[in-house]
Amino acid sequence: MALLTSELKAAVGRQLPPVRAEVTRREICKYSAATGQRLQRFIDGDEAPPMFLFGLFLPILPREQLGHDGLPPDTGLVPELPLKRVMAGGTQQTWFRGIYPGDVLVSRQTLLDLFEKEGAQGPLIFAVVENRVETEAGEPVMTERSTRIAR
Amino acid sequence: MKLSRVHVGDPLPERAFKPDEVQLFMYNAAIWNHHRIHYDHPYTTGEEGHPGIVIDGPLQGDFLTQLVLEWVGTDGALSGFEYSNRKAAYIGETLRARGRITEVREADSEVDVELAIVNEAGEVITPGKASVRFHQ
Repeated sequence: MALLTSELKAAVGRQLPPVRAEVTRREICKYSAATGQRLQRFIDGDEAPPMFLFGLFLPILPREQLGHDGLPPDTGLVPELPLKRVMAGGTQQTWFRGIYPGDVLVSRQTLLDLFEKEGAQGPLIFAVVENRVETEAGEPVMTERSTRIAR
Repeated sequence: MKLSRVHVGDPLPERAFKPDEVQLFMYNAAIWNHHRIHYDHPYTTGEEGHPGIVIDGPLQGDFLTQLVLEWVGTDGALSGFEYSNRKAAYIGETLRARGRITEVREADSEVDVELAIVNEAGEVITPGKASVRFHQ
């Protein structure tokens, strides 16, 4: 049975507005201390550990815009799906260069695909989101594909 | 680490991580994540049904990258990385990051590594893969 209507499928290809963020040595040093990095270039903030990018583009919102669970509202990139139990799938990253203090990076998120499969315990819907991170000058830094699975 | 010394099947040096409340607070402050399941015990156990404070999934991804980058040192850079959080981990658990070389592509100076975060019960809770390109 098709769960994904043509209306839902029409959301494929839509994008969020680009998000721009500056990388500072102090933010890298905080991240490195918080994650127990042992390589001196990360501890000193000369370069950022790769997963530093995960937090760089998270929204900064006032308390009253956060939910009871502490989370910001959903971005709306993935439309509301007919299956409600959502699990994180995998994250795949391709890296083109490191991240350094002074970099100004831009993140562009696109809903790349929505598809369904019949799982052993019923239908599953997969939503694939692409996050392209580039420098302001357009040099690729990292491209990531994350999958959300609804069941 | 030099490419000429890398062979399929070689293990990466294992590293143990045991995040406590302070480290988890530091991490979530650093990435600006305010989800209650990472600091509010009554909420996490009472309303979200977890047995304890949840260790962030991306933090486990970071642990896997540390394993790879410490191993390669200054001789290469990460060209690909993937991970998947399959089962939750909680404060108090010791998590072990493990890795093993699965492919050496000498022509491309690239090596693939299979990765895993393993919990105290021996379960792989966060499998992953990485590719490292060695400098020529």
